[in-house]
Amino acid sequence: MSMNVKLRHVSGVTVLDLSGRITLGEGSIGLRDAIRDALAAGSKKILLNVADVNYIDSAGLGELVGAYTSVKNAGGDLKLMNLSKKVKDLLVITKLLTIFDVKENETDAIAAFA
Amino acid sequence: MFDLTGSELHEALTLPSTLSTVEIVETKATEYAEKAGFDEDTASQISMVSREAAVNAVLHGNKKDPGKKVHATFDLTADDLTIQVADEGEGFDATAVPDPLSPEGLLKPSGRGIFLMRAIMDEVHFRQLSPGAEITLVKHRNRD
Repeated sequence: MSMNVKLRHVSGVTVLDLSGRITLGEGSIGLRDAIRDALAAGSKKILLNVADVNYIDSAGLGELVGAYTSVKNAGGDLKLMNLSKKVKDLLVITKLLTIFDVKENETDAIAAFA
Repeated sequence: MFDLTGSELHEALTLPSTLSTVEIVETKATEYAEKAGFDEDTASQISMVSREAAVNAVLHGNKKDPGKKVHATFDLTADDLTIQVADEGEGFDATAVPDPLSPEGLLKPSGRGIFLMRAIMDEVHFRQLSPGAEITLVKHRNRD
């Protein structure tokens, strides 16, 4: 089991729909590649939809942090949306919820990029 | 395999220093957590931190050396679920791991594995072996 990424554009925002597992190995590399490609394509507003992410380990958390840092360093903005309880709990425990801009749904998230 | 020393369930595995070992430990931990009766979220967290212990053993302890093994044991008793993961590496000092909640640690891409073990399990013990290191993860069963 690994992670899948689907890319969409909504109102000038690049939405990455992630599903599966963000873990050491394929899952975390998949996220890294997707962020790199989005930045290379000129995207500055990136929204990670983690609704269908069912498992994250510390390497996966590290990749989320890396994604945040990469986008910030490129002068962009990264947000998360649709956190499951499981993922949200992990972000609370690790205090990463204080770093990420997290939105409940896509409408709120897209509006927040304006 | 059932043991005869008081555990309800016990298994000991000797595994290679490959990433497949990480998956095996994770799967086995999930199986034991479910048998212990933990809810789905707790079982998933136990599985995740067991995975972290296995990642540490394979990558940081044994450094994927094919000549070194990972030893994983799973014990379920009436009171506790205990998962132990040991490597044959050079050992490590758990107190030397930087705090991932510190302002400088928060944006680091690594260094959260040990922290997560301590946050999720009821007890976490580290022991130096010769050679190697052993991590013991304990979760108490709440059987009202």
